[in-house]
Amino acid sequence: MNLVVATVALVAGLLVWWMAARRLTSRSWEAQGTFDGRDDAELHGAPAPSRVGLWVLLAVVTSFFALFMTAYFMRMSPQPVQGVALRDWRPVSEPPILWFNTLLLLAGSVGMQVASTALRRWRFTLAAWGLAAGGAFAFAFLLGQWFAWRQLHAAGLYAAANPANAFFFVLTGLHALHLLGGLVVWGRALTRMARGRATLEAVRLSVELCTVYWHYLLAVWVVLFGLLLVT
Amino acid sequence: MSYVAIADQHAHLHDPQTFITKYVWSQDHKVIAIQYMATAMAIGVVAIALSILMRLQLGFPGTFHFINPSNYYQFVSMHGMIMVIYLLTALFLGGFGNYLIPLMCGARDMVFPYLNMLSYWVYLLAVLVLVASFFVPGGPTGAGWTLYPPQAILEGTPGADWGITLMLVSLVIFIVGFTMGGLNYVVTVLQARCRGMTLMRMPLSIWGIFMATILALLAFPALLVSCIMMALDNHLGTSFFMPALVSLGDQTVHKGGSPLLFQHLFWFFGHPEVYIVALPAFGIVSDLISTHARRHIFGYRMMVWAILAIGILSFVVWAHHMYVSGMNPYFGFFFATTTLIIAIPTALKVYNWVLTLWRGDVHLTLPMLFAIGFVFTFINGGLTGLFLGNVTVDVPLSDTMFVVAHFHMVMGVSPVLVVCGALYHWYPKMTGRMMDETLGRLHFWLTLIGTYAIFLPMHYLGILGVPRRYFALGETYFVPDSVHSMNAAISIAAMIVAAAQLVFIFNMLWSLRHGKPAGGNPWRATTLEWQTPETPPRHGNWGPELPVVYRWAYEYGAPGNREDFVPQNQPPTTQTAVAVGHGRNVG
Repeated sequence: MNLVVATVALVAGLLVWWMAARRLTSRSWEAQGTFDGRDDAELHGAPAPSRVGLWVLLAVVTSFFALFMTAYFMRMSPQPVQGVALRDWRPVSEPPILWFNTLLLLAGSVGMQVASTALRRWRFTLAAWGLAAGGAFAFAFLLGQWFAWRQLHAAGLYAAANPANAFFFVLTGLHALHLLGGLVVWGRALTRMARGRATLEAVRLSVELCTVYWHYLLAVWVVLFGLLLVT
Repeated sequence: MSYVAIADQHAHLHDPQTFITKYVWSQDHKVIAIQYMATAMAIGVVAIALSILMRLQLGFPGTFHFINPSNYYQFVSMHGMIMVIYLLTALFLGGFGNYLIPLMCGARDMVFPYLNMLSYWVYLLAVLVLVASFFVPGGPTGAGWTLYPPQAILEGTPGADWGITLMLVSLVIFIVGFTMGGLNYVVTVLQARCRGMTLMRMPLSIWGIFMATILALLAFPALLVSCIMMALDNHLGTSFFMPALVSLGDQTVHKGGSPLLFQHLFWFFGHPEVYIVALPAFGIVSDLISTHARRHIFGYRMMVWAILAIGILSFVVWAHHMYVSGMNPYFGFFFATTTLIIAIPTALKVYNWVLTLWRGDVHLTLPMLFAIGFVFTFINGGLTGLFLGNVTVDVPLSDTMFVVAHFHMVMGVSPVLVVCGALYHWYPKMTGRMMDETLGRLHFWLTLIGTYAIFLPMHYLGILGVPRRYFALGETYFVPDSVHSMNAAISIAAMIVAAAQLVFIFNMLWSLRHGKPAGGNPWRATTLEWQTPETPPRHGNWGPELPVVYRWAYEYGAPGNREDFVPQNQPPTTQTAVAVGHGRNVG
């Protein structure tokens, strides 16, 4: 559980830091009769709620994957059975297509980044292409993952055969599920942009949030893939 | 986008038009809160009924032939699961969180109203899936609320066919629904407070709910992970948790899985869960005590810091639930130490409650009675926690009735007392009418004395070595006859307490029509929810203008005022400004 404790310590540290930045030492019972002008000014440039919401969601998803990886490490270590260590972990040899898939996901992330940068510079055609490419590459990545699954299956590496296989399927599957959720939101951003009825502010925000999510899932994938490769 | 705009937004975006959008598919946080509360209480009634069935068996073994060992285990498991997750978590965060956060922070609604509505309907689906497990072949799971593998999914455990699967699915749905709600609570507290409402001016109820939500958002994934892996073990034949074993004479397909891994994951969720329930209770009870003792809360800043400290510490104590599962002795030492350290901020809170009451103008109103009952009960439950937190003392007491008595005192009775107190306190705001005082007092005394009659003797049973989870004690040399008569007495007390809750529910329904009209601020409280232009508050809460906050939430008994309290949003006059300028040192 070290990994998890580290994650929680990180989150707790961030929380305490954030709290400290919000002057949790203030003596609110003394400063009465006014509304605190400083705090008001500080919050005037507050980020949009959906942006904060996304970061909170990413913290939750981080906790989720960190716990899964902890379970991975704990299950990987030999299991004692009546004093004898049972070594039942047979590492999976990852299908090479995963390298290609990683490139696809990277390309998706680049596409999203192009889209949100272009929007900030008022270049709408480029933004639309970037957004479309970001989603298309993500779809391609999912397809690639499906092929990887098929290959493992064809090689007789079923989930039930070995804990390493089981973790491979579960971790890649859950990552794919998160990406699918992202694609739903991406679809909404795309229609919003195509219809041209929403304000520029709203379109920009939804594209930027998708971009953050794409980068985040790329990072999660890199960590997961690294873990699968190393062990 | 300015700050006030966030608190103010959505005012006109989802104005309810029809009966359906107003009361069923409503995006109004107040309606969603009441939906959450009603659903949680309805399923809570089921859980109470299950506990009565359990007590019938324990108190009068052999009398009721429709209770057999299998369904006894199902009663135990479902009672625990419903009470902890579907009642208390949902009621505190989904119910009170939804109702209080926007009102107390001075916002028009949650920041994501649609997601909020979705969160309730997903929660309802989780409850329905759970209820469905009573009607499938084999019935609900009888694996205990902790669902420990390997027994949870083996043939022979009640509900191994359908029950356990529905349980896992229901939990996954619940967690998804909760995450939607939780995002709302956190972001609303962070982003949508009205002008002047700094973090350190928030009422402690909001602090408790806020921190509990953060805990839940970080801890529920652990339960989600374990549910997913257990479902795979059950249906795909993987071996995450399932070791090689022989079940009903046959070798199972599993090999090499680690049941201990499940316990780590489960309790990594399970212990913070205790504080997910306790922190909102701590916060709410602080506000009840302060309001009804007409005195500022003692040590507000310490109370906030204690909430933060408890929240963080609650993540590093989980293995004290696993002392008897086998672990490195140094681990036991570490977890015993962290467990006992949590007692420090918790005790600090108890001192502050008592010191708030000290020389306060204590009004023994219904909410106050329940608040005082909570402080008593929480001390009781907390002290037995010191026993169980120590490895050497825990080992002989583990799996006895002592543990049952401890956790019912500390996270069963205590939070429920707060729930009742809070409902008596905020019912006038929710409905515009007071609840009946006489029925309320009857409910309080029956509940308080009744629960002590149930759980105090249970400690003695535990010390005698009476095990928990047993269908029948049978003939055992260390169990004297007096244990059986005590069990019968406990069962009778349990039935009386259950009946008292029916009085409470009747009171709530009856007062809807016949209660005394409450007016806007019957308790003369300072916090924002009592300052709304209408009672019950209408959609959008505040009329045309959002409130502006000028002071903290505990300005009671201020000198130089006509009233003995100053609402948070009352603009300062020179008189009050001078009066409070002589800063009273309470930190």
